Amino acid sequence: MSVILVEICCGTTCHVMGGGDLEELASHLPAAVAGKVEIAGCRCLGQCRDGAFGRAPFVRIAGQIHDQMDLARAVELTVAAVQAAGRGNDVR
Amino acid sequence: MMYVDNQTARLRREVMIRVARAFLDGELAATIDHIPLAMRPRASASSRCCIFRDRAVIRARCLAALGLPAEADDELSSLADYAGLAMARAKPEGPLLSVFDVACSGCVPSRHQVTNACQGCVARPCTLNCPRDAITIRDGRAQIDPEACVNCGKCVAVCPFHAIVRLPVPCEEACPVGAIAKDDTGKAVIDFERCISCGRCLRACPFGAVMETSQLLDLLRALCAREPAVALIAPSIAGQFPGTMGQMVAALLRLGFTQVIEVAEGAEEVARLEAREWGERMAQGESFMTTSCCPAYLAAARKHVPELLPHLSSTPSPMRLAAARIRGERPDVTTVFIGPCIAKRQEAMHDANTDLVVTYEELGAVFVAAEIDVEEQPERALADVAISQGRGFPMAGGVAAAVAHYVPADESLRAISIDGLSKKALRQLKAFACGKCPGNLVEVMACEGGCVAGAGVIARPERVARAVRKLAEEGRSG
Repeated sequence: MSVILVEICCGTTCHVMGGGDLEELASHLPAAVAGKVEIAGCRCLGQCRDGAFGRAPFVRIAGQIHDQMDLARAVELTVAAVQAAGRGNDVR
Repeated sequence: MMYVDNQTARLRREVMIRVARAFLDGELAATIDHIPLAMRPRASASSRCCIFRDRAVIRARCLAALGLPAEADDELSSLADYAGLAMARAKPEGPLLSVFDVACSGCVPSRHQVTNACQGCVARPCTLNCPRDAITIRDGRAQIDPEACVNCGKCVAVCPFHAIVRLPVPCEEACPVGAIAKDDTGKAVIDFERCISCGRCLRACPFGAVMETSQLLDLLRALCAREPAVALIAPSIAGQFPGTMGQMVAALLRLGFTQVIEVAEGAEEVARLEAREWGERMAQGESFMTTSCCPAYLAAARKHVPELLPHLSSTPSPMRLAAARIRGERPDVTTVFIGPCIAKRQEAMHDANTDLVVTYEELGAVFVAAEIDVEEQPERALADVAISQGRGFPMAGGVAAAVAHYVPADESLRAISIDGLSKKALRQLKAFACGKCPGNLVEVMACEGGCVAGAGVIARPERVARAVRKLAEEGRSG
C-alpha cells in the first residue's frame, strides 16, 4: 500500500500566515486515514516570493501544492488524496 | 475563544507584511496607497459586503500598522501623508487599541434566540423552566420576550432539540473589565478609563474591527538607523517560529539588532526579589502578596480593584529590570522588548528604559518582509543563558513556582494562581483583599494559560507551552 506524503511548509511566511496550526494535522485525521499518511515539515516551497505571501500558507499533498491552507481544508484534501490513491490500487 | 489562526489574523498580518516590505524597499510613501487595491483588486472576492468596504478596512489596518489610530483618519489625506506623519514621530503614541466603526458589524445585543430547529413540542420544558415566564408558544414555535428575558440560559440547557441559542457580542464577552460596549449607534466603543490593554477584544472580534496601534514602523526605523539596538526577548518566543533558539538569535542579529538578551534574566531577578519581599511582608503580619509582572493585571487592580493595591508586590517587572540593566551598561542603545503582550506597551510608555514593545506577530511580519527564514539561519548562541526559573514565567503557575523556589523551605508558602482575568476572577480577587484569601502568595495572569496565550502570539499556546517547558529545562540552575 502506498503512503501519501503531506509536506507542510515551515518557511517563516507560511508560519506567520497561519501555517503553525497545520502541525496539528496528524491529530485531526480520521483513524482510517492516519496510517496511510506521512506528515513532514519541509523547507520553504518558494511559493511566497514575488509578493504572493497573501496566498500562504502552502502545503504539498501527494506532490501537488495547495495555497491558503487551513486545518479543515488540509484534512479534507489529505482524505481525498488517500481515497484517490486507494481507488488506483484497488483494481481487482 | 477563536483559534489564534483565523482570517482576521491573516488579514492583519498580510497588511503588516506589506507595510514592512514597502518600508524596506524604500517605497513606503510611493506604494502604501496601493495596498488596499493590491489586496482587493477589482472583481476579486470580498470578505465583507463588497471590495470597497474591504478596502476601507484595509486602509484603516494600514494606519494601524503605521502606528496611528484608525478613527483619526480624515479620509482626505493619503496613506502616504500618514506615513510621513508616522516617520516623523519621536516615539510611539497611544491609544493602544481602537475600534474602526466601518469594520464593526454592530452585532445584535447579547440575547437568547429560538432557532427554527424548534419543533413546538408537547413537553415544552423551555416554558416550564423559564424563571421569568418569558417564553410562550406562538404559531407552533417558542418565542422569547426580550423584555422579560434575563439571559439565564436555562431554556438552552433544557431544550431537547438544542433549538435555543445564545447570541453573544464577542468583544463584550471577551473583555474582563466591561471596557468595550456598543454605543447608541450599535457600534462598539472602548472606554479607556476602564480598559486594561489586555488585547482580548482584538483577538475576539470576528470582524477584525479592533485595531492595534502597531510599533512595527518604529522598529523598522530603529533597525535601519544603524544605531545599536538590543532585542529583549521574552521566554514565550520559544515555539513561536519554526527553528531553534540559536536560529532565532541569528535571525534577530541578521535583522539588524546588535545584541539579544533574554528577559528571563530579569524574570529570575524578579523571582528572587519577590521571594524576599514576600518574606518581609509575611514577617510584618500581612495576609498575602500578589505578583506584579503582568501589566494588564496591574492596570486592572488600579482601575477596578483598588483594594488590592496594598497587596501588590512592589518589585518591578522582568522587562523593566532587564531594560534597566542594559541601559546602565550602554546608555545609547535602543531597547526593544519582543513579547506576546500588548499591555506591555502601556507599561513601556511609563518606563524610560524601554523604547519599543514589539509583538511576535509584528516580528514575524518583519521577518517575512526582510525574507529572513528563521529555520534557515545558522546557530548563534546567546551570550548569557538565563536561569530556568526565569524562563518558566510565561506559563500559568510559572511565576509562583519561581518565587517559591527562592523562599526558604521552612516558611509556609501557600501559592494560588489566578489563571486568566475574568469578571469572576476580579470578584474573587476583591474577596481576597477583604480577608478571604486561601493562600499567601497570589500569582495573577491576565491571559488564560499565561503569557503564552497573549494577544500578540503567532503559534498556538499549547505548542508554545511545550517549547517553553523545554527551554526552562535547558536553562541554568539557580
